[in-house]
Amino acid sequence: MKEFYKTNSEEETQRIAADFVKTLKGGEVILLSGELGAGKTTFVQGIAKALGIKQITSPTFVLMQIYKTKHKKVKQLCHMDLYRIECSREFEPSGLDEYLYMDDTVCFIEWGEKIKDILRDYIQIKMKIAGPKKRTIDIEKHT
Amino acid sequence: MKILVIETSCDETAAAVVEIKAEKFKAVSNIVSSQIKIHAKYGGVVPEVAARLHVEKIIPIIDLALNEAKVKLNDIKAIAVVSGPGLVPSLRVGVETAKTLSYAWDKPLIAVNHIEGHIAANLFNNDKVELPAVCLVVSGGHTSLILVKEWGNYKLIGQTRDDAAGESFDKVAKIMGLGYPGGPIISKLAENGKPAQFDLPRPMINSKDFDFSFSGLKTAVLYLYKSRKDWSDKSKADLAREFEKAVVEVLVKKSFNAVEKYKPKSFLLAGGVAANKRLRNELIKAGENVKGLKIHIPAFDFTTDNAAMIGAAAYFHYKNKNFSDKFNLIADPAWSLI
Repeated sequence: MKEFYKTNSEEETQRIAADFVKTLKGGEVILLSGELGAGKTTFVQGIAKALGIKQITSPTFVLMQIYKTKHKKVKQLCHMDLYRIECSREFEPSGLDEYLYMDDTVCFIEWGEKIKDILRDYIQIKMKIAGPKKRTIDIEKHT
Repeated sequence: MKILVIETSCDETAAAVVEIKAEKFKAVSNIVSSQIKIHAKYGGVVPEVAARLHVEKIIPIIDLALNEAKVKLNDIKAIAVVSGPGLVPSLRVGVETAKTLSYAWDKPLIAVNHIEGHIAANLFNNDKVELPAVCLVVSGGHTSLILVKEWGNYKLIGQTRDDAAGESFDKVAKIMGLGYPGGPIISKLAENGKPAQFDLPRPMINSKDFDFSFSGLKTAVLYLYKSRKDWSDKSKADLAREFEKAVVEVLVKKSFNAVEKYKPKSFLLAGGVAANKRLRNELIKAGENVKGLKIHIPAFDFTTDNAAMIGAAAYFHYKNKNFSDKFNLIADPAWSLI
């Protein structure tokens, strides 16, 4: 699976996020990459909204925020930011790995490339700045 | 009375013994794992890769806190622990340890909210904190204005709608390639910067509410930084100065809007960004113009995550006999104080 989108506004980015939620069954691990300002937070906000979560807070400082959803299959949204972690050797003892591949949970991981070596299958979403409001979104499934 | 405190909500494994005498608070010991080298008998210094392995550090740290306080078990009246907000696996280590000790030593257990601890850090100052107070909580994970009606009774006045102030420091440091954590690095650099060399926005500074927004400021820095290639150490310092000034101006303005509305007896600063010198100075300056208002700013040691501050908050729960269940207390990563 490989998809490519262009968006012209934050609202459009969130609409693509909402469509992406329709494909989720629970247990997915999604790596989100893109430079600062590329719209990663906007995208996850769109995911949260589509799952019935009112507000999300940045996970940068605490590494992970977890939310209960109103979705039938996906009961929890787990939003991680591994900026402060070096590699998977540091990730595993942190206890965060428990949340990967949980049946009723989807994990959106920023800076997730650092732990690719311990992942089985994952969906990679790459976001890029194409202009002040324009963004590109690349979704690819790795198994 | 003395309280043993355990705090493991994020990176730090911390323990402290806090003594309260006639409503005066003293940290008899206050141990934070990143600031000490664990003694060889516990297996030497904890390796970097296991920096978050609270499990390995918690018992030595508690042991150290008790030894340094030279306290007898009989003198400990309660065990306090942070049960949220924070990172689940980290919180769990502290909570389970506290439950176990509370059962084994037969002491009451007190669950404390991490943010309440930051606010209570001001109680270690020599000046008595008169209530009501308006408190600016500002850290890597939080930016909010809270009305402290009395200890244990809080009202949320406003908060950030996106990034926390501390987080914006981290992100701007990253944009400028300066490293982590961004707060101290940017402040240090800003000291050498010339004023008014750049012009950054002050998001929401004139809005009527007490909310904040720092995401747009970060983006403004991003575009400015990318717009030119010839960054020198000097121009970076100028930019750092303008950025820090922008953040501090918004924080101070909103804080004193809240002071004007709620007319508190005290203003409190809390959280990791409370270590920022410009913020401290500007708040003190602004406070001089408000009659009858006393500004409280925690000592540097009590600004970053530590266990003693949690003990101060725990004291009021102890007074109100607000104890937790030794068997059923669970960590709550999203525990909101208000």
